[in-house]
Amino acid sequence: MPLRFQNSPALVAYLTCGDPDLAITLDIALATIDAGADVIELGVPFSDPVADGPVIQRASERALRHGTSLLQVLELARKIRKKSQAGLIIFTYLNPVLRMGMERFSAAAQDACVDGALITDLPVEESRDYLVEMQKRGLATVFLAAPTSTDARLQQIARASSGFVYAVSRTGVTGARQQMPEDAPKLVGRLRRYTDLPVAVGFGISTSAQFEAVGKFADAAVVGSAIVEIIERNPGKEAESVAQFVRQLLVSGRQSSALSR
Amino acid sequence: MAALDELERHYEKAKRDRNFQKRLNQLLHTYAGRPTPLFFAQRLTKILGGAKVYLKREDLLHTGAHKINNCLGQALLVERMGKHRVIAETGAGQHGVATATVCALLGFECVVYMGTEDMRRQELNVFRMRLLGAEVRGVDSGSRTLKDAINEAMRDWVTNVRTTHYLLGSVLGAHPYPTMVRDFHKVTGREARAQILKAEGRLPKAIIACVGGGSNSIGIFYEFIKDKKVQLIGVEAGGRGQRLGDHAARFRGGSPGVLQGTYSYVLQDEAGQISATHSVSAGLDYPSIGPEHAWLKDTGRAEYVSATDQEALEACTVLARTEGIIPALESAHAVAEVIKRAPRMKKSEVVMVNVSGRGDKDIGILRENLKLE
Repeated sequence: MPLRFQNSPALVAYLTCGDPDLAITLDIALATIDAGADVIELGVPFSDPVADGPVIQRASERALRHGTSLLQVLELARKIRKKSQAGLIIFTYLNPVLRMGMERFSAAAQDACVDGALITDLPVEESRDYLVEMQKRGLATVFLAAPTSTDARLQQIARASSGFVYAVSRTGVTGARQQMPEDAPKLVGRLRRYTDLPVAVGFGISTSAQFEAVGKFADAAVVGSAIVEIIERNPGKEAESVAQFVRQLLVSGRQSSALSR
Repeated sequence: MAALDELERHYEKAKRDRNFQKRLNQLLHTYAGRPTPLFFAQRLTKILGGAKVYLKREDLLHTGAHKINNCLGQALLVERMGKHRVIAETGAGQHGVATATVCALLGFECVVYMGTEDMRRQELNVFRMRLLGAEVRGVDSGSRTLKDAINEAMRDWVTNVRTTHYLLGSVLGAHPYPTMVRDFHKVTGREARAQILKAEGRLPKAIIACVGGGSNSIGIFYEFIKDKKVQLIGVEAGGRGQRLGDHAARFRGGSPGVLQGTYSYVLQDEAGQISATHSVSAGLDYPSIGPEHAWLKDTGRAEYVSATDQEALEACTVLARTEGIIPALESAHAVAEVIKRAPRMKKSEVVMVNVSGRGDKDIGILRENLKLE
């Protein structure tokens, strides 16, 4: 099922599945979609999340404490798919996928009717088997492009990507920040020389001002830690708190983009 | 990736630059104390009643362990790259101390990441790093040991990559680290080979070294890989039991996986989550192993065994009392293996043990665990 970025900019929302538990993650996912998110990144918690800052680290630790696994996240995806046509991306580190087996993983992803996957620490150089298995099943392979990536590498990333390309807005790990660094528009500009795929910008986006700013040069904004932190801070009313945050983000964030068109 | 490519380019150039080699050798000799002696352990040999035991004394290097070989090499690369900030991870603290040492020597800013559990059990080294001018940042996440320190160091590097070099302390991580770190350590084996030929006129039957990440072991093994009759024996941490989480014997309980940029044998659960590990020695307490060791094991060139916490602690006492050398707990694992193996070997054979570090840092642990009369 092809990913569709309906809105401008589209919202890609990241959730650490299993925090506080899978049932609540299901509720949060559906509420987030209802509030206007175009794509949900279903984060698989990992013991060593090297690309993540403290917020997602803590969420991963909590999710792992009751044994949340890749298999369970795929099962969750299936449940979401029964109720929604929104974009679903499995967001995971490589080792759990390797353990399952690339073929088994892709088959399970197809079976759950997700749209694709993003494997954080799988560089394009090592992605041949992954691309073969995912492409033959029509699943999107999303890769990360960094501000420090060379042009040659951006080209490689663009070639291997489908669905969209994830442009990391700054050198660093996940986590909300006050400003948007200057790195982001430049990176997106460079990427567009090599791809017509939609480009999503992520890491550090938490306010509607940032969301709006990203909308001026990218097709989508990824919001992760900000949502995960809202979940952490609102036990018992996670889904409503996230939905409220998302609605607010989109209302002010898209208004100005719409007006300036 | 860009930082790794940049590092690889500078390293390849440096390898071919005679001046770089000259400067590195000069520092290894006049600053670190190379060459290290190869010592015939006469009393230990007699007591074990088998092969002649020779000890390669990497514990006599400046800072007390083999780690400085790699730190000097990488520090000179940092200079070439024009960076001024160096970060490192450390388990037992020896690599942290060696990094702080070279940063003081060359004038770089230094931040060392260390698990808070390791900081507790290797307090002496924490103080040394601070005295040397490094900032030591405790890592409280995960198991609070080496792998968590590496995670935090990697997060720092990714954030500060333009100004900072990550001085990785073992033959782990993404390329070019495993190759580069091995290259900086192979001086140990090169020296040992010449030394044993001089002393005995023949090559050893076996070489034994402890294996955490795998740097001291690959350092002594490398030169002998081509000598097919020389057995290469790596000793992993057998910890306190056989269950996952009670040891750090990757070849016994691990399977192929990816951790922190390396594909190798990893201790992990069925869902692919990385396992906690245990060893009385902080430097061996790591769930993955250098990929070159995985290759040596898979091709049958090297054999990997393990020693328990108890065996390592006992071996410390044995070496202390038979040769007057207090080894680091990590190195004591290798000593534990020679205690088992030498008696089974012929008196005409030679067995070489790499004493990768000295045991001053372990006084606290030794005191907790040993009842000394």
